[in-house]
Amino acid sequence: MDNTIMTYVSAFIVGGVICAVGQVLIDKTKLTSARILVLFVSAGAILTALGVYQKLVDIGGAGATIPLTGFGYNLVTGTFKEVDKLGVLGAFTGGVKAAAAGIAAAIFFGYLMSVAFTPKAKR
Amino acid sequence: MQKTMTNKEYQSYVEKKTPNSKTGRNVLRAFLVGGLICVVGQFITNILKMMGYGQEQVSSVVTLIMIFLGALLTGLNIYDDLGRFAGAGSIVPITGFANSIVSPAMEFKSEGYVLGVGARMFVIAGPVLVYGISTSIVAGIIYFLLR
Repeated sequence: MDNTIMTYVSAFIVGGVICAVGQVLIDKTKLTSARILVLFVSAGAILTALGVYQKLVDIGGAGATIPLTGFGYNLVTGTFKEVDKLGVLGAFTGGVKAAAAGIAAAIFFGYLMSVAFTPKAKR
Repeated sequence: MQKTMTNKEYQSYVEKKTPNSKTGRNVLRAFLVGGLICVVGQFITNILKMMGYGQEQVSSVVTLIMIFLGALLTGLNIYDDLGRFAGAGSIVPITGFANSIVSPAMEFKSEGYVLGVGARMFVIAGPVLVYGISTSIVAGIIYFLLR
């Protein structure tokens, strides 16, 4: 039971800190949210390739995988696994394969919700 | 001594102080909301693990559910209100990725279902996929060569 509570505490702290870093970047550099997201995916991918991000995932659980850096983590861990199996072909198939559920869900649910709902009147 | 400050001095004093405290407030909000969204993700993770799913299935299903929630809350016009409060706390989590798809697509529905909804979905998600996937391919090739 204590272990379960600890997973929430560390997810809260790690996830919160990653988002706080994003906020500092927005406030201090005037980066748009599109650039923040691109930066975070790429940073997650690079930190995973360097072996750093896995440690953060071990500590933070969902706190490290739910932020968009975790999407980069997912892509690169999938890529490396597939390179081990298939060689250089795996560099092209592994990432998207590992992220397939997320990409497909984003496209499908994104489309459904966009069609089903209308935005609030402009304020 | 405070009283002898002229209006101008006071104004520059205020200007020096406010941006910092504003940033501090924004960062705290981003931390709290971002942290809470991750706790929701951890909650779903723990439940799925208890139900006996394997690690890879769990991470896929959690991503799926979080994206569904982000898209739904955007459709219901709740997520954008959250975004005004939380800033990066709602942008950086994967729910924010879903928000970045639904929000512009809904907005430009009047331009039609192909170039309105279909194309605008990827205004932000497109660059994220381009840079994320390309980085992972480069990393994979380097890993292959160094292995």
